[in-house]
Amino acid sequence: MKTSLRNIIAIFKKEMLSFFVSPIAYIVLTGFILMSAYFFYNFLAYYDLVLQQYAAMPYKMGDQGVPGMNEFVVARYYYTLMVILVFLIPVLTMRLIAEEKRTGTFEMLAISPLSITEIVLGKFAGVAAILTLMLGLVFLFPLFLYFQATIEFWPMFLGLLGLILYALSFASIGMAISAFTNNQVVAAVGSMVTLLLLYMINSPAESVGGAVGEVLKYLSPAEQAVDLLLGVIETKSIIYFTSLILVGIFFSQRALEAQRWR
Amino acid sequence: MIEVQGLTKKYGDIEVVSGISFNAAQGDIVGFLGPNGAGKTTTMRMLVTFLPPTSGTAKIAGYDILAQADEVRKNIGYMPENPPLYSEMRVHEYLRFMGEIKGVEKDSLKKRVDEVIELTCLTDVHTRLCGHLSKGFKQRVGLAQAIINNPKVIILDEPTSGLDPVQIVEIRKLISNLAQNHTVILSTHILPEVTEVCNKVVIIAQGKVALESSLEDVVRTRTLEQAFMDCVTAERGAIMSNAA
Repeated sequence: MKTSLRNIIAIFKKEMLSFFVSPIAYIVLTGFILMSAYFFYNFLAYYDLVLQQYAAMPYKMGDQGVPGMNEFVVARYYYTLMVILVFLIPVLTMRLIAEEKRTGTFEMLAISPLSITEIVLGKFAGVAAILTLMLGLVFLFPLFLYFQATIEFWPMFLGLLGLILYALSFASIGMAISAFTNNQVVAAVGSMVTLLLLYMINSPAESVGGAVGEVLKYLSPAEQAVDLLLGVIETKSIIYFTSLILVGIFFSQRALEAQRWR
Repeated sequence: MIEVQGLTKKYGDIEVVSGISFNAAQGDIVGFLGPNGAGKTTTMRMLVTFLPPTSGTAKIAGYDILAQADEVRKNIGYMPENPPLYSEMRVHEYLRFMGEIKGVEKDSLKKRVDEVIELTCLTDVHTRLCGHLSKGFKQRVGLAQAIINNPKVIILDEPTSGLDPVQIVEIRKLISNLAQNHTVILSTHILPEVTEVCNKVVIIAQGKVALESSLEDVVRTRTLEQAFMDCVTAERGAIMSNAA
């Protein structure tokens, strides 16, 4: 069946509407902004301290030794957001499909002329928009630095895009897990466990070593995101995260297709 | 308009629906009757392409429910027994959404939503959240979404349950009016409802068709209630004697 943009938009609009009338939206948004502000402040305050210590040093090595704000504040801030997102994304994705199956509204979608692909893409677009909005809001803190301090804009902005890509890949996996159950708690816990394990998959890389170690490193979103969040356009990482998104969409589609003709 | 041929559904070893066949012509309102657990809802879910039949098939508006499921979906409106609504959406938002996904043209969508709101007497509540509606209003929203795309075939699973007497009369009138352009399958436990709005009766018992006939023929010799009882007890008797 032909995939029509109009149908995807219909599902997308519905998702946005459902999200913004539910209290979860505001709790997640507020919590995320609060945590981000806290960490951002800490990194900035620490940077300030380092600068003071640097100024107090008797022998200066010119400007070379001063750590840059991009790496010292913004990149670390992004790395911290990555960890927070491991726990917040499952909260956003848990209801995506599981809730529709529990309340029976999925039955109505299943017997509508929509294709499963359209439903899945519409839902993914919805959660993608929400995550982009969330990350856009907490980008305001580093953006503020741009007007007040010596900091480069493009690395900071490209880092944000990298962070969004990372978030979308996790959301896609969360959506797939939500498609396999009709229980939101199962979806949330399942996603958290999966995402955390994926995030930590490179931990044994050093001790295992060899080719396996290299593979584990390659599979690790944390490893892959390091350069992206610094604002480096790393093609291999972009391909990695895009593949994760496609894998998530694929499994969501298969899971629902199987249930349509159960 | 509807041709059901040997539709069968098994869950493991349990045969819920065994080889049901019946027909309905354009403009028919078929009363689909049977005791609880007879397989009515399962049959209807197969007809609307939600459940795949174990064997057998059916044609809806000329399209096969297995081979041409997409076409069937465009030509069918379904109201489940407890219409699942998005509780966080307002009535008109929900109907608009259902119209969109069912392929109502963008230009006529607003007009059509207003039309069905008026048809199903939802004007007073169209800005309320679906989750806040009483059972009767929820039923009517369910009916409204079933007819929003003007489908050729409408399948209603106990549409009047939970309605007050005034609403029942209104909904029955609405269903009668639908027959001009649609074919309707109406499942219900309320027999007078069938005599009032239907022109055809299909009674199923133990997953089999026990009676398929025009309403006139049924009520010529006995009341519908007697016919229903005969079907149900005959079927039970047969099973008892088989078991013995």
